[in-house]
Amino acid sequence: MKNQLSIIGVGQSAFSRKGGLSVRELCFEAYREAMTDAKALKPKDIDATIVCTAPNFDNQRLPSPLISEYLGLVPKPTFELASACSSSSTGLRVACSMIASGLHNVIAVIGFQKMMELSSTEGQAVMGRADDTMFSSPFGTMMPLGHAMFARAHMDKFGTTPQQLAMIREKNSKYGAINEKAAFRKELTLEEILEAPMISDPLKKFDCCANSDGASCVIIGKSDMAKNLSEKPVSVLGLGMAVEKLNWSARNTLVKFDAAREAAKQAYEMAGVSPKDIDVAEVHDCFTIAEILAYEALGFADLGEGGKLIEEKETYIGGKTPVNIDGGLLSKGHPVGATGGSQIRTIVKQLRGEGDQVQVDGAKIGLVHNIGGVGTYANVTILGR
Amino acid sequence: MDFNNFGVISFTGAAKISPFVDHLFQGRFMTTKCTHCNRPFFPPQADCPHCLSDDMEWIEIKDAGTLVSYSTAMFGPAGFEKKVPYTLGIGRFREGIQILAAVADEIDSQNLKIGLKVKVKPVKLNEERVSYEFVLDQ
Repeated sequence: MKNQLSIIGVGQSAFSRKGGLSVRELCFEAYREAMTDAKALKPKDIDATIVCTAPNFDNQRLPSPLISEYLGLVPKPTFELASACSSSSTGLRVACSMIASGLHNVIAVIGFQKMMELSSTEGQAVMGRADDTMFSSPFGTMMPLGHAMFARAHMDKFGTTPQQLAMIREKNSKYGAINEKAAFRKELTLEEILEAPMISDPLKKFDCCANSDGASCVIIGKSDMAKNLSEKPVSVLGLGMAVEKLNWSARNTLVKFDAAREAAKQAYEMAGVSPKDIDVAEVHDCFTIAEILAYEALGFADLGEGGKLIEEKETYIGGKTPVNIDGGLLSKGHPVGATGGSQIRTIVKQLRGEGDQVQVDGAKIGLVHNIGGVGTYANVTILGR
Repeated sequence: MDFNNFGVISFTGAAKISPFVDHLFQGRFMTTKCTHCNRPFFPPQADCPHCLSDDMEWIEIKDAGTLVSYSTAMFGPAGFEKKVPYTLGIGRFREGIQILAAVADEIDSQNLKIGLKVKVKPVKLNEERVSYEFVLDQ
């Protein structure tokens, strides 16, 4: 599959907590930007769409035909696809296989989530059921608490500190402040982050990302066609996907996400590259601890050494491997189904040299790490020019 | 009794594995073990993915385990608003079994630490509902 598939266009809506856009309007924002980005692409060139969403958040049922209608793409094939927060990376994976099989030539992967119609507690209840509803949810589990369990175990075993967690947010808030699509544009100081109220110890308010509304669109096609449809197509070099027990409390280890490690191994193998070859990466920082676990899963740091990597600022621009230079989920907000597509958009722009203020000089190979649940679904995608 | 009677809020009703809840009402914390290949399960399973058998026996977990992580939630999902702050923990027991449970109020949060020896104790939340929590192994 390597080098057979190229990303032709990328787009996203602003990610926002203010509401004001319906599902179809959010998706159109992302689609318009991706179509404009692709330049020579016409709507008739799109053979099918994959609509990626975590459906429990949506009041709207059957969103894919609704979105097709609004985008003017009826009767092209469309369907909904879900793997929680990792949905749009899974969408890219499925699009790749549909194109490589010869079924279609060009597919638009659209991710969205409309989360601000739910109250914060309703939202936590929905996410709390992203767990074993027989044996875990009846105790009041939720996403911050699940990640807090991993943070505590990581701190206990490796000496990772609250300061190191805060440094993740400090970095991501610095880059998020200059991302016009981000929901949080304020640069935070280490003190502000450390003094924020506790959510689920050891995770404090700014260790957690926030729900928001948003949509993303990634248009992918056969590489030989992509050359004519885009000025700067970006190749898919490697795809990896794996899953862990949904029931995180029953896993063998609480200091790493094994699914992410397995997905990374697959993606590196397919791409024929190693961690040191990655010039820039987007990782799934739904919580600060998750970015540290990602460093270790992706081989940017050895197991237990992720805290030191941020302490040494190696994931800032200018460091060994810049990570989340668009602000990450922590600053952009996390409209579940849209997140993977937004991460892919950032890396595609980097590889084309269109990163503006956050461009990593000479970036040739980029990586997207997109998780769903408490490390449950994992997709790792490697892109290159 | 079935899973409608389990936990603060339940999301599942009757299941093949519902005797788990009956045992809790009777004060026993039980899980299943495959009689064919002898593998124990937690959460309890009615079916064994290793040998495809559905011939299970119930075994009681009485021994102490070790706390491997814990966290206190200052916010809760819908239905748990009045319970906050509440602490959940994960304990590791014999044969690699790991259990998520509430940490009993009697354990002072100052004394909580990874490595603490704990036991699982069934607790009646009211006449209709049952759960279980970690208490100190004494």
